[in-house]
Amino acid sequence: MSKNRVNIDWLVLPMLGALGVIGIWTLWSSMPGTNLPSPLKTWEVSKLYVVEPFEKRGELDQGILRFTWYSLVLVAKGYALAILIGTPLGFLLGLSKMFAKSFDPIIQVLRPVSPLAWLPLGLVLFERSEPAALFTIAVCAMWPTVLNTAVGVRSVPQDYINVARVLKLSRVKTLFKVLIPATMPYMFTGFRLSLGIAWLVIVAAEMLTGVPGVGGFLWQEYNSLIYEHIILCILTIGLVGFVLDRLMSLVEARFKSI
Amino acid sequence: MGAYLTISRLTKVYPTPEGPAVIVRDFDLEVNKGEFVCLIGHSGCGKTTVLSMLAGLNEVTSGVMVLAGKEIKGPGPDRGMVFQSPCLLPWLTAFENVMLGVDQVYYTASRQERHDLAEYYLSLVGLADAMHKRPAELSQGMRQRVGIARAFALSPKMLLLDEPFGTLDSLTRFELQKVLLDLWGRDQKTAFMVTHDVDEAIYLADRVVMMTNGPDAEVGDILDVHFPRPRERKAIMEHPDYYRLREYLIIFLEERAEKKRGIAPDTPPHVDERIVDLGPTRYKGRNSSKPIGASLHGDPKRAGSNR
Repeated sequence: MSKNRVNIDWLVLPMLGALGVIGIWTLWSSMPGTNLPSPLKTWEVSKLYVVEPFEKRGELDQGILRFTWYSLVLVAKGYALAILIGTPLGFLLGLSKMFAKSFDPIIQVLRPVSPLAWLPLGLVLFERSEPAALFTIAVCAMWPTVLNTAVGVRSVPQDYINVARVLKLSRVKTLFKVLIPATMPYMFTGFRLSLGIAWLVIVAAEMLTGVPGVGGFLWQEYNSLIYEHIILCILTIGLVGFVLDRLMSLVEARFKSI
Repeated sequence: MGAYLTISRLTKVYPTPEGPAVIVRDFDLEVNKGEFVCLIGHSGCGKTTVLSMLAGLNEVTSGVMVLAGKEIKGPGPDRGMVFQSPCLLPWLTAFENVMLGVDQVYYTASRQERHDLAEYYLSLVGLADAMHKRPAELSQGMRQRVGIARAFALSPKMLLLDEPFGTLDSLTRFELQKVLLDLWGRDQKTAFMVTHDVDEAIYLADRVVMMTNGPDAEVGDILDVHFPRPRERKAIMEHPDYYRLREYLIIFLEERAEKKRGIAPDTPPHVDERIVDLGPTRYKGRNSSKPIGASLHGDPKRAGSNR
């Protein structure tokens, strides 16, 4: 492939796509009777938040990256919780047939439940908004980790297990020297998918609990009728989610290359 | 003097929906200390089943295996296993793969001693310069060298080899057979190797045990190979008895593997007894009148050496 072709694929075509979407957006916003702000107006109103992304002018008036940072911290906590619970759970499901048969049905039932449904339960359980948000993130985001880890454990090649048996490795050594490394690629696929979900959940959790963050800001600006900021938040959430996924893909690829 | 390894009436039965399938029935064998025994037979005849029972990886239905006065129960590092696929852990380097076993066996030795031991065996198999590479960076033959080093580094009572060179090209196979023989001669190990390669069996073994076709597979015949050691491949292949031995094995695989067991060949090949002791010398034929079922796997007319 020539260098030109690469440029077209990676630069020109995505630009054309973005221009197309902005064009439709402009058309829509210029229609009579719509509340949708135009791209230009969105930029003008949001400029302050983007140009001074870490500025704190007040509790509800902060730079967009500052809000994003709050959200990321919360996501990191909830995600860590999801992984800490999800990975061992996945190992148990993968290792023990009895455990898998006992808990698989209930996992299948809980898995599709929306974060919007978990959040009120979290508020009932913990009575404060931050733990409730963490609970919701953890309980929604852990399933890909649980299921991928379980699949990974079940598909550890018999050859590796035979090596452990022939060398008479202890259970602990077999787990740490053979099973966990062999499961790594599957685990990291789960971790990546879980992170995506955790980031999805954060916005919903912040909206409902009023925890400061990019989702909380979005909801507050909706209530203050500053619709331009809704679009700013959506774009920020999307970009951050994209970056997180790319970063996790890099980590994942590292473990898959072995 | 009793044998070092005694296998008596070893039987493996798998339950199937059509009733129990007897894969191996009453497999008897005695192996002396320091002896190299090859087990040869058609693929699917149950030779790998015998080996994995010896390794403790496969449950024994009935029968007893005694190694150095101790009954074999389950797997353990007292038997150094070389797998067909080298079975290296891909996230560990060659050195770490060997260390995994060394740490397990020599847990009382110092870290330095264990390091030295792993390095010593990796150097012996010719991997001194590649021992810190991952399996993915090694060729198939180099990986199997690691597998051999790992087995020897455990200082096992005996070696179990499951067609270790079956997937290698013939040049690499020749090299590795030599590496294996060198290490075996140096450490005076007892070795039991499954193979379907007639030439490999003659080059390596003191005795070649021929297995009848399954189901109900058992020892069909035993061939003594009395070429002097250390062996030179070229000298052996030029030896007049080489082709007699080879023919004897091939005839067994092509014709007799399927016949009733315990019957000596009609016309034993003529061999100079001073050099080569042919024929079923240690094998006592049983008066078995069981009908022998058709082969489950493949065409019994196909020579085992062709694969």
